Amino acid sequence: MKPIYLDNNATSMTAPEVIEEMLPYFGEYYGNPSSMHSFGGKVGAKITQARERVAAALGCEPREIIFTSCGTEGDNTAIHSALESQPDKRHFVTTRVEHPAVLNVAGRLEEKGYDVTYLGVDAKGRLDLDELRASLRKDTALVSIMYANNESGVIFPLPEIAQIVKERGVLLHTDAVQAVGKVPLDLKKLPVDFLVLSGHKLHAPKGVGALFARKGMRFRPFMLGGHQERGRRAGTENTAGVIALGKAVDMAVANLVEENTRVRALRDRLETGIIETIPHAIINGDVENRLPNTSSIAFKYVEGEAILLLLDQFGVCASSGSACTSGSLEPSHVLRAMGVPFTFAHGSIRFSLSRYTTDEEVDVVLREMPGVIERLRQMSPFSDKNEEKPACGC
Amino acid sequence: MWEYTDKVKDHFLNPRNAGVIEDADAVGEVGSLACGDALKLYLKINDEGVIEDARFQTFGCASAIASSSILTELIKGKTVEEARKLTNKDIANDLGGLPKEKMHCSVMGQEALEAALKNYAGEAPPEAEVEGELVCKCFGVGDVTIRRAIRENNLKTVEDVTNYTKAGGGCGDCAERIEEILAEELGMAPPIKAEARKKLTNIQRMQLVSKIIDEEIRPSLKKDRGDIELIDIEGHTVLVSLRGACVGCPASHVTLTEFVEKRLQETVEPEIRVREVSA
Repeated sequence: MKPIYLDNNATSMTAPEVIEEMLPYFGEYYGNPSSMHSFGGKVGAKITQARERVAAALGCEPREIIFTSCGTEGDNTAIHSALESQPDKRHFVTTRVEHPAVLNVAGRLEEKGYDVTYLGVDAKGRLDLDELRASLRKDTALVSIMYANNESGVIFPLPEIAQIVKERGVLLHTDAVQAVGKVPLDLKKLPVDFLVLSGHKLHAPKGVGALFARKGMRFRPFMLGGHQERGRRAGTENTAGVIALGKAVDMAVANLVEENTRVRALRDRLETGIIETIPHAIINGDVENRLPNTSSIAFKYVEGEAILLLLDQFGVCASSGSACTSGSLEPSHVLRAMGVPFTFAHGSIRFSLSRYTTDEEVDVVLREMPGVIERLRQMSPFSDKNEEKPACGC
Repeated sequence: MWEYTDKVKDHFLNPRNAGVIEDADAVGEVGSLACGDALKLYLKINDEGVIEDARFQTFGCASAIASSSILTELIKGKTVEEARKLTNKDIANDLGGLPKEKMHCSVMGQEALEAALKNYAGEAPPEAEVEGELVCKCFGVGDVTIRRAIRENNLKTVEDVTNYTKAGGGCGDCAERIEEILAEELGMAPPIKAEARKKLTNIQRMQLVSKIIDEEIRPSLKKDRGDIELIDIEGHTVLVSLRGACVGCPASHVTLTEFVEKRLQETVEPEIRVREVSA
């Protein structure tokens, strides 16, 4: 059974054109791009092309692009560089809904004696820009705010955020892993200092990403070693991966319109269909400012993992907003930060589509979803007639 | 993706005895919507004390539903006395095992059964109260439940206890109390508290302070290109001098009180004070 893959915010299918582009660089062209001979130089030229493609997509200069191994490395590098280059500044601002690649770095910084401000979000997952404004201090080294949230799909107003942060002369980093290819981006107009993207979220393979670091800024590398990436990221390039990323970013730009029209319409049809046919279901997050491919829906009285495993029977791949493991029975940090009621949060499901999602696939989900929820609700001791008893202290 | 046995998958996809018994002789209910899982067990018990029918309603993940389903199969046809002997281990074993993070699902089954049997005996209202001392406030778990899980499943660590009872899986504040309960149950001396520590002689204190600074504090500061030198120890006052990037760093006083002093208080003596002297 071919999967109905609606989990593209977790990872995405590598595009066939991307695979075709990268394959020769595993086999025939295995040269080192740093070598003096033309055999390596040939690969070097493809890396240059990939860098130009990524730069063109983002509206920056090729030399402002540093290839990395993943989004997490990009986030770690950006934060590391910003703090190391300003050792006298000991304050860091971020949000409560960042990816762990930023949040866990923030936690480590606190242990090291840094002051960290975590900006909250409202019930729709939106930031309060006044709170951001008020958080900035003389010793603020860096503000790190994601472009779009992986779980709710909510897009943060980066242009306004950048204006506030840059007015105060503070460095700004944005984790744009979920945004690139889904939201138009132009770094000529958006004055962020660092921006991170990840290949496997936009139909390139896993294991490659890119960090934009604005020129003219002091840069402190995270990985030390050889002179690759102009000394800003040591280590022999993942040549096939980098070449794949260039191709994938190129395709993402070409598909931006489709993403925001056809994919958006598919997402809306899926979401509306579910909300209209299934009672006690709500949409998580700000529907006005949201990624065109993402829908997070909470179903009351049922639990997320059970929904996912029943959907799995129909080949439907999605993800849930809570993990039922003893260590973290709590809903995800994003849903908690939004204050989604626990009664809804445990049954939150995220669908994330892509340009490969078809009408027929959405039809299957719309056909099967009511039965899945109904089946679990029939088994559940809770319903709208039998709400809740405060049995435990949570 | 969890690694569930075929039997868990089967009981999740084809649950046995899901539903309600309208004229049940006993009902047991545990968990809640907010907690993430809940189980309501209905029993029909005849005059001979034999469980003739058992049905369940479960809100929860696949293993919670499978545990409920197998529970009803295990107890049907058993006498109340026989059912009383059933443990969470029986539920898990009959399913061919559960991932350890999901063992609390089997415990939930056992607790619902126990609540139902109490209800049958007229001992308690159908809604089970927390038994004994409330240990985990997040999930409402009492020490009676924790102690039983430790004994019946041979648990050794706080993580084990969390996996089986959920206690400690929320805010984590009760981890210390769980540690104490573990120590009591395993017949070990409870973890040594600061006040119970033996008084240190001057020499012992100096050696210990020097060791902690060299082995823990300096390597940690060196990661940030800083360093520290132990100058002298006067009673409980440790005199140090900062080196490297720590010199002139505006956060150095935070490092001294929040890291160096705290660490020495934890590892050496709570009375330790750290003072910076210029070299």
